[in-house]
This record gives sequence, C-alpha cells and structure tokens, in this order.
Amino acid sequence: MTPDATGGHWVYNANNSYSRHHYVRLSDLPKGAPAVVDRVDDAHQADPIAQRLRDLGFVDGEPVRVVAVGPMGGDPLLVQIGFTRFALRRAEAARVAVREEAA
Amino acid sequence: MLSRSGHPLRIALVGNPNCGKTALFNQLTGGRQKVANYAGVTVERKEGRFTAPSGRMLQILDLPGTYSLEANSPDEQITRDVCAGSFPGEAVPDLIVCVADATNLRLHLRFVLEVKRLGRPVVLALNMMDTARQRGIVIDVPELQRRLGLPVVETVAVKRGGARGLIERVDGEVPVAVPAQPDDAASRSDLHAQVRDLLAATVTMPRTTAALDDALDRWALHPVFGLAILAVVMFLVFQVVYAAGKPMSDLIGAGFGWMGEHVAVLMPAGPLQSLVVNGLFGGLGTVIGFLPVILVLFLFILTLEESGYLPRAAFLLDRLMLSVGLTGRSFIPLLSSFACAIPGIMGTRSIQDPRDRLATILIAPLMTCSARLPVYALLIGAFIPVHLVFGVFNLQGIVLFALYLAGILGAMAVGWVMKHIRRDKNEHALLMELPSYRMPKIRDVAIGLYERGGIFMKRLTGVILGLTVLMWFISTFPAPPAGATGPAINYSFAGYLGHGLQYIFAPIGFNWQVSLALIPAFAARETAVAALATVYLVGGDAVGGLGHALAGQLSLASALSLLVWFAYAPQCMSTLAIIRRETNSWRNVAISFGYMFVLAYAASFIVYQVTRMLT
Repeated sequence: MTPDATGGHWVYNANNSYSRHHYVRLSDLPKGAPAVVDRVDDAHQADPIAQRLRDLGFVDGEPVRVVAVGPMGGDPLLVQIGFTRFALRRAEAARVAVREEAA
Repeated sequence: MLSRSGHPLRIALVGNPNCGKTALFNQLTGGRQKVANYAGVTVERKEGRFTAPSGRMLQILDLPGTYSLEANSPDEQITRDVCAGSFPGEAVPDLIVCVADATNLRLHLRFVLEVKRLGRPVVLALNMMDTARQRGIVIDVPELQRRLGLPVVETVAVKRGGARGLIERVDGEVPVAVPAQPDDAASRSDLHAQVRDLLAATVTMPRTTAALDDALDRWALHPVFGLAILAVVMFLVFQVVYAAGKPMSDLIGAGFGWMGEHVAVLMPAGPLQSLVVNGLFGGLGTVIGFLPVILVLFLFILTLEESGYLPRAAFLLDRLMLSVGLTGRSFIPLLSSFACAIPGIMGTRSIQDPRDRLATILIAPLMTCSARLPVYALLIGAFIPVHLVFGVFNLQGIVLFALYLAGILGAMAVGWVMKHIRRDKNEHALLMELPSYRMPKIRDVAIGLYERGGIFMKRLTGVILGLTVLMWFISTFPAPPAGATGPAINYSFAGYLGHGLQYIFAPIGFNWQVSLALIPAFAARETAVAALATVYLVGGDAVGGLGHALAGQLSLASALSLLVWFAYAPQCMSTLAIIRRETNSWRNVAISFGYMFVLAYAASFIVYQVTRMLT
C-alpha cells in the first residue's frame, strides 16, 4: 500500500483489480455515513483501549456507523458495530481507521 | 448427591455485560444468594446454591461480566483468573456456563470462543431467545452446537421456567472439555473470522438493531429532548424521595424516639436509662431512618439500570463530567447524594473503572444532602432577613440556593484538582455499551434492593450504632457536679472537647457552644439543631426560640461561616463508614475527612473574615 497525496491508499483486491480507498478516523466520520473498519491503531505501546476496541469487533472489514453524538461538543459518539452500539469518546474513536463506502 | 470428587458441582456463570447473566443467576438461585467481596478486592462476589431435580447440589458463582479474558480492570481479572483456576482461594469451577445474548451474537460469540479455548467444560446458554424470536432472528441451534463443539441450550432468564433446559443440561453429565488452545495475537484476530463464519452459517437476522431501540434513542439521546427527558426523570425521582422516603425516615426516627420514651418510664433515671433512650434508641432511629431514603433511591437506580436508561444518561453527560475528571457514569450516584451520600456512594458500583469510581466516592459527600436542610433552615431563618432582591427574589431563598451551588462548585473544583494531582494520568476509556431497552423485572429489582438494604443493615448498623453510643458517652460523662448551673453537656468530655476546639475554630468565628454542637453533629448533621438548643439552654427544640437565641448570641459573620462549614465539613460518620466499606480502605476515609476539613475550614475562614470586614 502506498499513501497518495489525498491520504488515500491504493489497495490490491482479491479480484486482481486496484481500487483507491479513503481512510478517515472514526472520530471524523460524519454522522450516519456508512463505513468499514480498516484497523485500530495503538495510541501508545501496548494500548489496552486499542486492544479492547479490537475485542469488541473493530476489526478489518466490519461495517461501522456513527448513529448519534453527545449534546456537548459532539462528544461522545454513539457507534454501531455489528449488532451493538457503543459510546466512544472522540479520543477513543480516533484510534479506529475506517474506509468510507464511496465506491 | 455430590459430584464424583465429593463436593457440590461448582458452576461459574460468565458472559459479556448485558447478556442477562445476573437475571439468569436470580432465576436459578432465587433469593438464596450470598453476596460478599472477593478476597482482598472490592469486587462483589455473588454465589448461590440450588438442588437440581436429580438431588445433586449445584453451587453457582456469578462472575463479573466482561467483554474479553484480556482483562482491563480488577473485576475482569477475577473472571479471567477464576475461569483459569488461578484465583487464590477460589476453587476451580467444574463447569463454565457461558451466557450469550441471542440478539447480540456478533459480539458475544467471540467471548464464547475465547472461553472455549481455556480447555474447560463449557455449556453455552443462548439467552433472551424470546426477544430474538420477536425480532425475527432465526438461529440454527443444532448447527451452532455442531460447529462450536459445545452443548448449546436456549434460555429466557426473565420468564418463569426459562432456565429449565439449562438446569437439565448441567444436571446431566459434565461435558468433555475441548483441549486448551494457545492465546496469541494471531489467534485472537482469528476469533473474529470464526464468529463471522458461525454467524453466516447459523444465524439470520432481519435487521441489526431493534426498531424500538432506534425509535427510543432518537428521543432519549437527542441533544435537546434527551436532556429534557433526563431532567424530568430526575425531577420525578426527587419528588418521590421527598414525598415518600423522607417522611418514612422521619416516622422511623420519631417511632424510635417514642419507644425510647416508653422504655424510659420502665427504668430508673440514671446513666443506664440515658444510654438506652439516647444512645440505643436514638442511634437505632438514626441508622434505620436512613433505610427508606436508601431503598427509594435504589429502587430508581436499579430500575433505570435494568431498563437500559442509565448508560443513556451517562452518554448525555459524559462530556460534562469528564471536564472535572469524572465519567458520565458518575452522574447518577452524585445526584443521589443530594438526598443522601450513602446510597450515592453505594451506587458507584455501576462505575467499573476503579479510578473513576474512587473519584466519584470522594466528591459525593459535597453534594448537599437532605440532612443539611434543618441546619440551613435554622441559621437562615435566624440570620437572613426576609428581604426582596430586585423586587422578586427572597434573600433567604437566594442564600439557600447559594449553599447548594457552593456544594456543586466545590465538588467540581475538587474533581478538577484531583484530576491534576493524581498519579494515574492515563487515559481511561468510556467504551460503554448502550444495551437494548428492557422492561425491568420485579424479581431482579427486588433482589437488588434486598441486597443493598442488607449490606447497609448488616455492615453499617454495628459501626454507626457503636459510634452513636460513643457520642452519647462523651456527651454524658462525667455528670455535672452538684449545684451546677450550666447545661449538663458542658461538664462532659464533649464539653471539654468543645472548649478545646474553640481555639481551633476561633479564626472561623465559632464560639465554644457552636464548637461543642459540632461534636454530636458528626454523628448526624440534623442533630446539630438539637445540640445547639441544649447548649443554649432552650427548652425543647422549638426552632423559633432557638433561632431567636442564636440571633442574639452569634454575629452574622459567624452564622454565615457556620453555614459554609456545613456545606463542606467532613460529615457524617455514616458516610465515612460507607466509604470505608465500599473502598475497603481507611486511607480513603482519611483522605476524604482530611480534604473536606481543609476545604470547610478555608471556605469558612474566608467567609468569616470577609463578612467581618464588610459589616
């Protein structure tokens, strides 16, 4: 994968095609926009919050959506993952990189 | 009949939070539960027993809910260690019953797979099957059982007989354990792939969330309506606490007073009679008088928790609470503390994070509890004139409001300071699931209430009663010498103490009478009124007469200083006792007492000196 100027990545797909995905942080995803989890990044070494996010189902390929935001400063976010809704603070959601379902 | 090794069959219940595990535990054991703490930690340990149809005794341990065996908190570590058989003092469970919410299998099956890898006998209980069917979710149970390699039973924890299949299964042969598998990063991410395969092969779901949840959350989490709904809910809670709980508390206090008087008639006058009437009956009245307020508040806390609304309230207020170093989950316990700090502090058990929980416990006593009101009413009535400000606002009301506000602002300041001085400055996550809304079940709420009431009565009655008797002792002995003219308490140990304390309290404007009244007020704030009446030799506790006497003896500066003292002072001893009990640490009691003393002294000092300069 090579990052390009727009912050997206060229991804080699299983069906021998290339496609470009735009990665955004879950914390920057607009409310209601459908997306797919790419990965969870550790904020520091052995980050227990990142590990817990992975355990909760924030793993590559999982559909994700911001369904509501808190009344004060848009924090926390209410995130739908799998069949479950989790309240995540923006700092927690920023660990999750997602691909927008544009293509 | 016992299992082969000669002990009751030990079953550990595990599962994700919100899987209905505790409801299932209640269904299995009924009220026959033993609630204690795990050795050395403040995590609640719940165990119950029941006899299976075969006559075999089953011993069930309800382990703390967790999303993962990769533990992040003390309660999750307990679940991990007990399942692995490595928790000191806990026997290895013969069988693990893993409970999963049938409507939330994407999340819950991963934990099932994690537990399966421990290599112990496991039965999977697919709970909430009724809700799953209502939502049109179809689960191919035989296929799920075959692919998992674990026995799978369907349960409905909230319905009578809803655990029958589970009881039959655990009463039969203990299933053979699958061999343990290694736990590493690669195999952990494998689990998600396995869950996806399992779901694809065995579960069909018309939609990922319940339509009802979506509809309710549109209102409950709305930035404007959500906060309005929360305000209405809290308003109603307080209406009921003051309309039902408080009169019952007063009635109990009066009832014990009445009983004391009647017992007094049967006894000769003297120290023994005084002990029984003032020490024993007075103390019991104080302790048991707390119970109605505690139970009414817990009725609401448990109902809100069972219904799924509590995490919604936490969602709405998390940002606000986070700014003073707390979490959204701190809100309900802190609000409860406006009625009484004891249920507030007990209510912090819903905060899983130990650091956030301790921070909430430490600031909860700063909320203006209902016991401060008699003192506020007395002093405001005596010193603050009925005077209209801007033609509409009553000055007395403004002062009362200012005292409430002082409590809240003080709590925010303390929270903010703690956030900056504590050693653990790591990020503590919110990561809070908003579960489906559910109708609270009377049985689950009743068992919860019984437990909370039991903890209060069993663990605290002795301590509070002991301290009350001690207070009685130092206020009664030594008896006044013959021909003494002052109030009897003046000659007692408390009198000496009060005279000594006045040197400490002189800079904040307290004379020896006020200093002395602070001693019994430590037992229960409202007794400060009676104590002041005693030291000022006012007959009975007619508040009007006492107010008059006070107005003649105290300066305005001293009175304001005393009001501020009551807003922040380390009180009452029941609160300190519950802090000891909930944190299992005298150090936290000392911290709590110490910081509140310093805060109260500093605030009163400023108020006293500034008022003196201005008047």
